[in-house]
Amino acid sequence: MDNLSAIIESLLFVSEEPLSISKIHSVLKEFDKKKIREAIEALIERYQSQEHGFTLKEVAGGFQFRTRPEYSEWIKRLKPSNPVRLSRPALETLTIIAYRQPVLRCEIEEIRGVDCGGTIRTLLEKKLIRVVGRKDLPGRPLIYGTTRQFLEVFDLKDITALPSLKELEEPNILCPNDSKSL
Amino acid sequence: MVDNEYCVRLEIFEGPMDLLFHLVRENRLDICEIPISLITKEYLEHLDLMKTINIDLASDFLIVAATLIRIKSRTLLPVSEEGEEDEEEGTEIARPLSEYLRFKKAAETLATRPLLDQDVFVRRFSPEDWTDKGHGPMVQVGICDLIDVFKEIMENAKPEYLVDLTREGLSVKKRIAELVDILEKSSSITFQELFSSKTNRSEIVITFLAILEMVKMDMIRIAQQLQDGVVRIFYG
Repeated sequence: MDNLSAIIESLLFVSEEPLSISKIHSVLKEFDKKKIREAIEALIERYQSQEHGFTLKEVAGGFQFRTRPEYSEWIKRLKPSNPVRLSRPALETLTIIAYRQPVLRCEIEEIRGVDCGGTIRTLLEKKLIRVVGRKDLPGRPLIYGTTRQFLEVFDLKDITALPSLKELEEPNILCPNDSKSL
Repeated sequence: MVDNEYCVRLEIFEGPMDLLFHLVRENRLDICEIPISLITKEYLEHLDLMKTINIDLASDFLIVAATLIRIKSRTLLPVSEEGEEDEEEGTEIARPLSEYLRFKKAAETLATRPLLDQDVFVRRFSPEDWTDKGHGPMVQVGICDLIDVFKEIMENAKPEYLVDLTREGLSVKKRIAELVDILEKSSSITFQELFSSKTNRSEIVITFLAILEMVKMDMIRIAQQLQDGVVRIFYG
């Protein structure tokens, strides 16, 4: 069927959250997942190549229409926006959790060198991180990980879409011995 | 002793790591080979200034200063084993620092990503719509309604004839994590669906406590369908 792309497009249009392939498949049982993915990729290609105000993006394990960053100025004039605002300590804590998850609070504090209880609470409240369990250690400390919300806020396909720490490394700041330990 | 330029920069310091980081950058040092005496001297100058600004802040740095002094004292004292321990101490400081620098860099990169509701926007329905995603009109429920539903579930739960001596593996925290998993998948679920018939008494209690805790933390919202009285839990 030629209109598969159009059907998927309509589903994406009415969805508030990123729509996963399996979710689309549950609506379009007559098509296999491979066909659906192909149709979505064709849509992505089409939105990317044409001068639309928004594109189709793979975010948090699904697909979602998102406006192009260059038009944010006008959107903000139209409606009040309420982006997640993070302090530098909160952002650093979040980064450590994102890269090191599942991670304990003491492990985060070992890296940052300061108490992180407050920032962890803030991140939990903002639903960017969540408790994923407890470690079998004295005191049964909580284990933290990032949420789907985190992927949505930072426009990430999945957690592996983060650039690796090695890629970010600046050889002039870090000591040469370090590359071995990575 | 300390010029104005230093004063301004001091305000951006946040913790001992940052201060050490700053010093490392200023002196263009290889952090694996920290010349402790120089850093300690600069450190004390900073602390002098800090005291007049914020004594709490100054005390935070003491631990790092003390560690540095300890290392310095070790280098001055004769060591029997070719000073190997000193090297270990040096890397002990350098290792978490370089790791911290790496994460700091990663945090900066993360902050440059297109942020939702700042750089990129998605279609959103008005906030009132969350109660009505094809489940009919909803009313907010109070704690009493929740208790009623809970009672009903407890009555339907199978009677426990046998004394169950197996250790309970479930905790409220764990259950919260499980509920988040369920809700991340389906965004909303009915109260009844959470309690399958084979769940035992303690599991029901834990699930109920988990739900209350999640409401308190503003993680979920609970609403009741107007017509059939089904209580539904919504994520976010």
